[in-house]
Amino acid sequence: MPEPAPLLAMERISKSFPGVVALREASLRVGRDEVHALVGQNGAGKSTLIKVLTGVYRRDAGDIVLDGGSVDFRSPQEAQANGVSTIYQEVNLIPFRSVSENIFMGREPRRFGLIDWRRMNRESGAILHRFGIDVDVTKPLLNLNVAIQQMVAIARAVSFDARLVVMDEPTSSLDEREVATLFDVIRQLKRDGVSVLFVSHRLDDLFAVCDRVTIMRDGETVEERAIADITKLELVARMLGRDLNEVRRSGSTSFAASAHHAAGQLLEATDLRRGHALQGADVSVRAGEIVGLAGLLGSGRTETARAIFGADPLDAGEVRIDGTAVRFDSPGDAVRARIGFSPEDRKTDGIVPWMSVRENLTLALLPRLTRLGVVDAARQREIVDRFIKRLGIKTAGPDQPIRELSGGNQQKVLLARWLCTDPRLLILDEPTRGIDVGAKGEIQALINELADDGLGVLMISSELDELTEGCDRVVVMRDGRSVAEIEHNEATQGSIMAAMAHGESQEGTMA
Amino acid sequence: MAAARDAIRTYGAFVALVLLVLYNLVFTPNFVSAQTINVNLTQVATIVIVGVGMTLVIATGGIDLSVGSLMAISGALAGIILLSSQPPFDNPAAKVAAAFVLPVLAAGAFGVFNGFQVTRLRIQPVIATLVLFIAGRGIAQVMTNGNLQAFRNESFQYIGLGRPFGIPFQVILMLAIVAIVAWAMRATIFGRYVLAVGGNERAARLAGLPVNRVKVAVYAISGLLSGVAGLIVISLNSSSDANQVGLNMELDAIAAVAVGGTPLTGGHATVVGTLIGACIMQLTRYTLLAHGIPDALALVVKAGIIVAAVNVQRQRSS
Amino acid sequence: MTTDAAVRERGDAGTFARAGALLQRNGVLLALIALIAFGATRYDGFLSAYNVASVLRFNSMFGLVALGMCFVIMTGGIDLSVGSVAALASVVAALISPLGPGPALGAAVLAGALFGLGNGIIVARTRIQPFVVTLATLLAARGLALTLANNTSVAVSYTSGFTFIGQGDVLGVPVPVIILVVAYVAGSVVLNFTRFGRHVLAVGGNEEAGLLMGLGVTRVKLAVYTMSGALAGLAGVILAAQFGAGQPTEGLGWELSAIASVVVGGTLLTGGIGSVGATLVGVLLLGLIFNILNFENGRGVISLSAYWQSVIRGAFLLIVLVLQNRLTRRRDEAARA
Repeated sequence: MPEPAPLLAMERISKSFPGVVALREASLRVGRDEVHALVGQNGAGKSTLIKVLTGVYRRDAGDIVLDGGSVDFRSPQEAQANGVSTIYQEVNLIPFRSVSENIFMGREPRRFGLIDWRRMNRESGAILHRFGIDVDVTKPLLNLNVAIQQMVAIARAVSFDARLVVMDEPTSSLDEREVATLFDVIRQLKRDGVSVLFVSHRLDDLFAVCDRVTIMRDGETVEERAIADITKLELVARMLGRDLNEVRRSGSTSFAASAHHAAGQLLEATDLRRGHALQGADVSVRAGEIVGLAGLLGSGRTETARAIFGADPLDAGEVRIDGTAVRFDSPGDAVRARIGFSPEDRKTDGIVPWMSVRENLTLALLPRLTRLGVVDAARQREIVDRFIKRLGIKTAGPDQPIRELSGGNQQKVLLARWLCTDPRLLILDEPTRGIDVGAKGEIQALINELADDGLGVLMISSELDELTEGCDRVVVMRDGRSVAEIEHNEATQGSIMAAMAHGESQEGTMA
Repeated sequence: MAAARDAIRTYGAFVALVLLVLYNLVFTPNFVSAQTINVNLTQVATIVIVGVGMTLVIATGGIDLSVGSLMAISGALAGIILLSSQPPFDNPAAKVAAAFVLPVLAAGAFGVFNGFQVTRLRIQPVIATLVLFIAGRGIAQVMTNGNLQAFRNESFQYIGLGRPFGIPFQVILMLAIVAIVAWAMRATIFGRYVLAVGGNERAARLAGLPVNRVKVAVYAISGLLSGVAGLIVISLNSSSDANQVGLNMELDAIAAVAVGGTPLTGGHATVVGTLIGACIMQLTRYTLLAHGIPDALALVVKAGIIVAAVNVQRQRSS
Repeated sequence: MTTDAAVRERGDAGTFARAGALLQRNGVLLALIALIAFGATRYDGFLSAYNVASVLRFNSMFGLVALGMCFVIMTGGIDLSVGSVAALASVVAALISPLGPGPALGAAVLAGALFGLGNGIIVARTRIQPFVVTLATLLAARGLALTLANNTSVAVSYTSGFTFIGQGDVLGVPVPVIILVVAYVAGSVVLNFTRFGRHVLAVGGNEEAGLLMGLGVTRVKLAVYTMSGALAGLAGVILAAQFGAGQPTEGLGWELSAIASVVVGGTLLTGGIGSVGATLVGVLLLGLIFNILNFENGRGVISLSAYWQSVIRGAFLLIVLVLQNRLTRRRDEAARA
């Protein structure tokens, strides 16, 4: 029997932005009455693909065929009008407005030119009731929890006669019961003939409700399969680009650097909790040790780092530095305790774009370069020159505005910002992201050197090589919790991925 | 094209000023007379002094609409002190000293209050400073019951009427303040912190900068400078009228800052630019006046210049 | 099938936000009633037809301006030019008054609307912050007003029936009050029963979402600023008609009274929530304070000068801001949990 034509077929989609190729002939096929998962790590291209579909971006090449007809949406409104609705992770509705208003916003029913509230409320209630949701539709949206807000977004999509509903990380803020409710709704959508594109990294959820999965990596579609035909481990392996057989065969790789003499307990973070993002994270670092923090997107690694650094307040949990419990009310406190933090997103959290390389590099060091309020410009210049050389920062000069540097060089400046403060603990969030291979090696060697000198390093990384080869220990996080702690000699790509996939390592120790 | 636009933004103000001066040199009789220059500089001085404080506030991404009202409070307080015969103000030296120090400190304290609203209460700077915009002048009026306070005190009025070497004192004061603050912006840790906070507040915070303290400080400085400006104005007039002192000053100050090249979004500051901007606005007004265009219509031109200047600066930041 | 029980509310976030808003709204109403009661018991003639009529007549101007400001603030913007636009309109009305009330009214409101449209275009097209734009148009409007009026006040015509708009009564009710009531009723209907009104709130609540929903954000912004200008124009007509002259220097501080009234009434400065009725209560509240001050002064017991007004208005604004801030913060914290 020939396969029925898919509802949506995106073929050979390519999209580039200045300096970066986001999609290389990617494809996506969603069938009728199907719940289809779309997975991939950061930079894989899945959000770009969605934006191309929904009209936020125009594709450079490729075809999109929806229900047999070729389409080219130029705006999300156009996509919505043609049956493709998106439910965003940050529920993009109007918080102060009521449920029924949000469902009908833009097409409010009218009688004699004035809004017919009774009809609007009645019809909203009916749509939600169909999904088994009973709420007071006159209540402002923000009074309802996120789960209900999502239902309202879905109800809005359905009221627009959606044929395909794209859900972007729909379960990331939901608890178990709410997830179950959402799954019921998704199954009802299926029964009603609406297909769902489920974009998520939560493996358990994908396996619970999806029929097929498309895996993306580096802008390409690497695989498309029925969920029933793939295991979680295989899925993770495909996402990260590792051949599972090869990994199983290889065993642990040789560790280039010398073993680090771990001394006293520098950092001990226990049971960190913060809203939905952190649900009991634990991590410890000894002086001279490099600890890797691994996990899939959204596992809570950055939140852990920020909480330790005092950038976000904790709901519960304890942080100890050198055995003493500390409470950092602001990053300033942490900096004074000689802790450094290099953030993941250098554009929003790292660089001050209009300031020079010199200024950005010495930003955290300024208090120590100042006497009587005046900055010692000579010492500043000397330090900057030293670190430019040491890290091989390619710049026209220390006074060049940092925004003119390449991403990799900006990252080096940010690293230098902390290195020049002579910290005892350095927290690095994806330090080698966006850096060319040569520079990566330089930075990794530098980190090793510093650890040899007694610096403690907590390194968040999505690069398995970095984790297996460069760390003394790897802590794996999943869903806001630390789920495994793997010593270097047992840290293989397989064991780390297994912990990410299942929440416990098969070859390592259990946290 | 982009390079040309960048050049306009950086040097545009200066070039505009030069063109205006040249135009007047050629077409306006009596332009290069000591009197003309003195009159113009005098009017510009108070705007620049307030404008310097405004520049700092804007550099952190904020705004201060209360400057005019703070001038009024400072003027009112000084007037009360100068006219008071109660101890310790019966001692002439103490009276003059107090008349200088207390009003400026009071204005500074109100500035701290503005900063507190912005940092602790998380109120948008426009609204936060709007509170004192409304209430501040009222406070000054209540203090003096709306009455004109006329006084004569030569030592005190030196700040407005003094002429060391033939140059009005407030002009020297203005130049000194501009020079000091411009230097501070470049060479002190505080100056660099102001620009970092305005340039990327999140990054500044993550680099350990005391963001809240920096913000409170700039509002405090704006208040202090407004206080000084208030003293100059009442010295010039030999009287303090709470209804009039500092009226519309916030507009003039913002205009000077915007036209001078400091973007309203923060992250950059050019104090010298504010000086040039104030001169441009003043010279524009003077040029129009000298050629028979009524002051009132000049306001329309002023408005247009502000919008254009802000628009140009906005494009730079994007 | 899930039921209400399984679908639970985040109690804290809900109750605080709604109770807070409700309390604020009722609190203002209670304050108004309390003030009326206070005035009625304390002063003879407080509730007299004369006093009521004159208070309402005088505050009708501020009420109209506040109505326009309410709509602008609900979209998350602000309009600082309303005072100057009203002054300009009063001059225009005075100049055209010899032709009769109709043409004068039309011309003045049109002038205000054009200025408002200008504001709207600049705000919607460039992305300059509204307060900067309207600060600039404040200057321009005042400049125009002074130019048209030749730097002095312009007497209105007393023979054309123009002054009826400001000084006349219909069945004992001052004409300005009728205009005010009609405007507010219309405003309330627009806000609560038209798509445009709901979209005004949507744009202020989450402009990005509004764009994604295809709500015509630019059109909404153009409309509210034009409305604000037109209402300021109307206020200017009443100003000229009531006091017999178009005054280019009037309107000073009107925008601040308007903002205070709007905020006191419970409308959020950041936009997205608002009430026309509550704005009216806010206007009356602030107007009553002034009235009571007058009475107090008349009694001679205390002598609070009129200057206390601005201090009180400022203090009011501050208290309301702090309250709004507390409520928002508590709601955010509860929502995060």
